[in-house]
Amino acid sequence: MSTVLSTEIIVPAVIAFVIGWAIYRKTDVFGSFVEGAKEGLRSAVSILPALCFLMTAIGMLRQSGFLEAVTGFVAPAAEKLGFPAEIIPLAVLRPFSGSGALGYYEELFQSVVPGSFAEKTASVLMGGSETTFYTLAVYYGAVGIKNSRNTVPAALFADFSAAVLSVFFVNLFLQR
Amino acid sequence: MGKFFFFSVIISIISGIINGKTAEVSAAALEESSHAVELSIKLLGSLCFWSGIMETARQSGIIEKLREILKPLLLLVFPRLKNEEKALGAVSMNVAANFLGLGNAATPFGISAMKELHRISGFSSAATAEMVCFVVMNTASLQLLPTTVAAIRLEHGVQNPLDILPAVWAVSLCSLLLGIFAAKIGFPKGERK
Repeated sequence: MSTVLSTEIIVPAVIAFVIGWAIYRKTDVFGSFVEGAKEGLRSAVSILPALCFLMTAIGMLRQSGFLEAVTGFVAPAAEKLGFPAEIIPLAVLRPFSGSGALGYYEELFQSVVPGSFAEKTASVLMGGSETTFYTLAVYYGAVGIKNSRNTVPAALFADFSAAVLSVFFVNLFLQR
Repeated sequence: MGKFFFFSVIISIISGIINGKTAEVSAAALEESSHAVELSIKLLGSLCFWSGIMETARQSGIIEKLREILKPLLLLVFPRLKNEEKALGAVSMNVAANFLGLGNAATPFGISAMKELHRISGFSSAATAEMVCFVVMNTASLQLLPTTVAAIRLEHGVQNPLDILPAVWAVSLCSLLLGIFAAKIGFPKGERK
């Protein structure tokens, strides 16, 4: 699996490149690093309140069975559109919880055949989307934005498109 | 954000009662905030580390080079950042890190981009058009190699775990463009500040 392996080297390679270049350009590597890291520490502190806020809201939503209800509600229509039934909970969970979606995705391998249409669609969906609400909380939390304007509808629209498109493109590229 | 919290709490309570899960909902209300602390402690290391790397990259001129490469593309999405070199630099680093699949690095870079956009806005408490666009870009995320997914597929005996790549690229590129479109179209008119 040379391709998977080569991705493991990206992180150290990027770090080595930055530090190597800085030494070549005679930048104060350690001084600049510490200066930036201090800024990172401040960021971490400033996102905590927003994360507390968001994770409590999302946690309550998840525990209340609301996401299951949404899944049950959209499932009939989604299946008619050719959406594999196993993927619908994943698509609903994805924007809300990264670890939840990843857990569901891993469990999925017990019930679907690896390499099947359902498994490929789930993998494409996992690979092509992000944990929307987490990103939102971290980025807006870091700078204390209170009014996010149209961010939530626009981001959820992108997530919805990603779900629909993953079925479409798996059909297009990977069905034979 | 406040409205979002209010509605999630109301929905959780109603749905908790309907599904008989009120105990779980109260437990979540009490415990989830400590998960937020765990998460930020987990983030703390990578935030410090990658912010440090970013500052080194800035002082040695790497960001400037990267910014010049990505500038034509970024100005299509953020035309008003034309003369905002620092913001464009941070956005470039975030885009590059996302693209390479360096999720840990993309977040600190994204946060410093947000700080720049916030400064440009005059420290407004409402998101600007640029911020909405930038955050939506990060929720849609364009990744070259979805490493986590590939590793899980390999582990479960998929023979060629990267055969999904063309579909992943097509999905993330299209949803990214649609997200940017929605961010621009839906931004409240007359407030393009």
